[in-house]
This record gives sequence, C-alpha cells and structure tokens, in this order.
Amino acid sequence: MRKLEADRSAGSITIEGLVKRFGTVHAVDGVSLDIRAGEFLALLGPSGSGKTTILMAIAGFEYPDEGRILLGGEDITWLPPNRRNLGMVFQRYTLFPHMSVLENIAFPLKMRGIGRAEREERAHAALRTVRLEQMGGRQPAQLSGGQQQRVAIARAIVYRPRVLLMDEPLSALDKNLREEMQIEIKHLQREIGITVVFVTHDQTEALTMADRVAVLDHGRLQQLGAPRELYEAPQTEFVAGFIGETNFWSGTAAAAAAPGQPVGVRLDGGGLMEATAASPVAAGGRVRLALRPERLRILPAGEGGVPARVTEAIYAGNATTLMLEASGSQTLRLRIPAGAGLPEPAAGDSVTLGWHAGDARAFAVAP
Amino acid sequence: MSRRPPRFLLGGRRFSPAASLALAAPFLLLLAVVFLLPLATLLHESLFVPAPGVENYAHALQEPVYLRVMLRTLRIAFFVTLLALLLAWPLAWVMSRSRGLGLALLGAAVLLPLWTSVLVRTYAWMVLLQRNGVINQILAQLGLIDQPARLLYTEGAVVLAMAHVLLPFMVLPLYSALKGIPEDYPRAAQMLGASPWATFREVIWPLCLPGVTSGCLMVFLLALGFFVTPALIGGPQQMMIATLVSQQVRELLDWPFAGALVGILLAFVLVLTLIFRRAVRLDRFVGQA
Repeated sequence: MRKLEADRSAGSITIEGLVKRFGTVHAVDGVSLDIRAGEFLALLGPSGSGKTTILMAIAGFEYPDEGRILLGGEDITWLPPNRRNLGMVFQRYTLFPHMSVLENIAFPLKMRGIGRAEREERAHAALRTVRLEQMGGRQPAQLSGGQQQRVAIARAIVYRPRVLLMDEPLSALDKNLREEMQIEIKHLQREIGITVVFVTHDQTEALTMADRVAVLDHGRLQQLGAPRELYEAPQTEFVAGFIGETNFWSGTAAAAAAPGQPVGVRLDGGGLMEATAASPVAAGGRVRLALRPERLRILPAGEGGVPARVTEAIYAGNATTLMLEASGSQTLRLRIPAGAGLPEPAAGDSVTLGWHAGDARAFAVAP
Repeated sequence: MSRRPPRFLLGGRRFSPAASLALAAPFLLLLAVVFLLPLATLLHESLFVPAPGVENYAHALQEPVYLRVMLRTLRIAFFVTLLALLLAWPLAWVMSRSRGLGLALLGAAVLLPLWTSVLVRTYAWMVLLQRNGVINQILAQLGLIDQPARLLYTEGAVVLAMAHVLLPFMVLPLYSALKGIPEDYPRAAQMLGASPWATFREVIWPLCLPGVTSGCLMVFLLALGFFVTPALIGGPQQMMIATLVSQQVRELLDWPFAGALVGILLAFVLVLTLIFRRAVRLDRFVGQA
C-alpha cells in the first residue's frame, strides 16, 4: 500500500520559481506550478509565451537560470535528459527512419539493457495499446502522420515512464484527425494513469483534453485552473481574451469593489450597467468589461439596457451571430443559439442589450 | 512515396529528349575530345604496342617494383581517407549545428583552402616539415629532440598533407548528411534513455552513413590518382602510381606501359565505384523504403 502511494506521487512535478533568459528576453519569468500525479495538464499560450521553454526544462534540454524542477519530490533540474526517465512526443515526427516501427518502439527498452525477447513482447503490447498491431514490420515512412504519432506515443510509454511530455504533437495533423487523436490520447492517459504535460497554442485542444490548463503569456503564469474555471472566471484580461470569444468594453467604475463583488460601470458612450469585479477596482478607476457573445441578451423594448444597432446577422446553423454597434462606436458580437425560440433581429434593427451582472467581468486597467 | 519525375523539370516544364541532349551537348563534346579520346588512345596503345596482347599489363602486375608502388598507393589512400574522416566528422557536426557567423567562418575555413592552389598548400607543408622547418624548430626548442627529425619524405608526411589537401571533399558530403538530421532525432533518442554515445552509435551514425560513404569514396578515389602532393612531399621512396605514370611518360617515354598502369588504376576505380554505389543505394533503400 505504501509503495502504491509512493508510485502515485512519483508522477508529480513541482516547478519552483523557474526563470529562463535568452539574452535580455525573459522566456520564462518566475513560473511556479504544481502538477499532480496522474493529471492531464495543458500549457497553453501564444508563441513566445514560454510554454515550450518550460516543457524543455522539464525534459532537460534547457537548464533554467533560476528555480528548480522536482519530479516526485526529487530534484531533477540538472539531470541530463536520458536519466530523467520521462516520455516525450515531439511536434514533428521523430521516429527513427532507419528502424522499423517495432525497432523504434523497442529502442528505449534496448537502451535500458532489456533482452531481445522481452523487448519484442513489450513493443508488441505497446503497439496494441495504440491499435497498430499490424504495423510493426513497416518502416516509419510507410505510415500516415496520425499513425506515426501513435507509434511515437507507443515508443514514449513502452518503458512506463511516470510522466509523458507532449510538445504540440497534433499540430501537423489535419483537423478531423486531430480531434480524433485528442480523444484517443485522453482515453489512453486515463487508461494507463500517466501524468501528461501537453503544450499547445490551441485553446480548444487545451480545454478538450486537459484536467487543468496553465495559461501563459510573456513567460508568466496567467492562470491555472480547470477548463470551466478559465472560461467562466478568467482572472486576467489576457485569459478572458485568449480563452474563447470575448467582447471588451471600456468604462469607469462607479464605486470601489473587491474581486467577486458587484460593481456598477459607466460605459464609455453612455449607460450604467452592473458587472462583477474580477480584480480590485477603485472608485472612478478605469475598467474593461469582458462579455461573452453567448451571454449577451436582447431585452424586450422598454427595459433598461444599452441601445445598439444590428449591422450584420450571420446565420451558421447552430447559432446566429449578430454584429452590433453601440454608442461610442463600440462594436460587439452577440450569439443567439438556434432552436431556443429566441427572436432574431435582422441587420439594421435597433435593439436593447443587457446581461446578468455575473456574466460581465470588470478588470481594472493599470493607469 | 513520391515517384521520381521522368525527366528534368525547369519552371514546371518537361524537356524533350532532344532539348536535354542539346543542353548537355557542349559538356559531352568537351568530355569526348579532351578526356575520352586521349584515354582511349592510351589504352589502345597499352594493348597493341609493341605487339597485340596483355604484355604491358603482365609486366606491371609481375614486376615487384611496380606492385609495391600500387600497394603503397592503396595503403596511403586508405590512411588518407581514414585520417580525413576522423578530422572531418567532428568539424562537419559542429558546422551542421551552427548558424550565422559561426557557420560562415567554419565554412570559409573549409572552402578557402579548396580555392587555393594545391601547389601552395603542399609547399606550405614542406615549409612546416623540412629539416629546419617550423615543427623541427619547435620540437628542438622544447628540448624534445637533439637533432632535426626526418619529417619530410616520409609516408606519414604524405598521408598528413594529402588528408589536409583532400579534407574539403570529406567535410562537404558529411556536412550535408548531418545537416539533414533534424535536431529532434538526437533529442528523442536522449529522452528515450540513450546516453550521448548511444545516441551517436544508434541514431546519428547510421543516419549519416550515406554522407560517410560518399565522402570516403570521393577522398579515396582522389587520393589514388593524386600527383602533386605525394610527388613533392614523398620523394622517390614514397612514389605513388600517378608519379610512376608521369615518370614512364616523361622520362622513359614508354607510353604503352604508362597506358597499362592507367588501365589498371581505372579498372580498380571503376570496380570500387560500382561496389560503393551499391552500398550507398542499399543504405537509402533500407533507410526509406
């Protein structure tokens, strides 16, 4: 039982105050992160956000300027990659072209001095796990891109590492295959209970696959949380804008408010609307309201709201998107789900906009 | 697997066979007049003068003096190739992992000697190696030797100087083979538990073998027929086959016998090329099929 516990925590990763500079650029700027054993964690951010550098530091290809990395409580910051016993799947296909599929999968076992018979047996088993049992004798170039990445996964898990690192492994695949592989990798991860650290710049991919997502920007951790938390309660303006679609509307706070408290906001262009403070807001301080298109409501005539004009209505089957213009030349998107029987204004109509105070998050703007 | 296009393409347009021939004609004509024709004349003479038969060839292969020259030529060419490979591989590896100014400097270091006359580079070695040369002076000043060591006119000196002169022909194919190995391959190998040595042995070396084969083939073949450097650095005791041919032609005016020597060298080179062409092809086949 105690061994089991130890095995479980063995797959946890702790990153403490990681700093990596390239010249004068801070690629990673003081990131601390606790990755639980058996968890699927996505590192999400635009290019240059530092997500790949963090992954490379965990893998051992980059040594940090400051901070440390612990694997199952053991400091691995300065250990060479081949002694970390981690699995990794790369962005580009990295199957060795001079070895067959089976030889590729057996390679890490060979490096660990495991005998030929056991090597082959375990390589076959790993190939079955990724449902490619017939392909063992092929050369990598004879496989499709999706098959190659599945073999790469089999090769990365055949020696039962505690952690699997994935560096945008699906970015080279086309859309349908990518979505299929996302679910397959998720299932595989649950099945073998491995910790996965998955780097991606695709927010849909991160939300679909991960238990928790770490959003990064300019080398800093913006927010760490479950997909729902990130979407419903973004803590920074960057996260609100990066995850999902968001309308931003600037204004001035009518009163001071602490995070989570309701606050009235005088919108630029006119109108006082209720919102929820997402960061500490000062009375009279500048704020930015973040509004999701599907949370905006069209109010019946006569109710208090913000007047706006429909400039365009785009029908997309499952929903209709309205492009709106409010006073102060503020433009907004509003989404009306199909099938709910909601009225759908046409281009040129004048409407009154409203929202629940909880759906409008106010971020204080640094003066 | 993409199929090889049937003919050469330029701007997406296929050349007709006639156009292909017309484009290659000037070179083919030059080759025929200044290379194939004299070679054919020489080989013809070797077989028909003074009398039809293989007399000249038998003479070359039976006389110990000439056999020794041929064996020495093979031995020197072999060690030159080996030394060039050992010197070139690390350099090509660094070049393949460099960019910008570093790559430009290394590239210049490899290519500039190639654009300098072989004669100049060979004389430079003579200056270094002669009795009162730089190396002997340094050794003497360090107190390592009492009297100047005999460096010039030794087989070691020939191998060293030839390896240096022929180095670019090894570096360039190695560089392009190593450049073609994406950084992710050695990285993946290390992640999978391979030590740096195992990464080299299992991944990098097998993947750069086509470059190693073509570099070695190139240097070996050039070394077999090399004239200037062995003639100047080696002296009469280290005579190689090219020097022997030149001696037969210029001093003894024995054209038929020189023709036989050339014929033997040519046959050897052709056989070797065919064998290694196969090996190279086989590699590619195993690697990508």
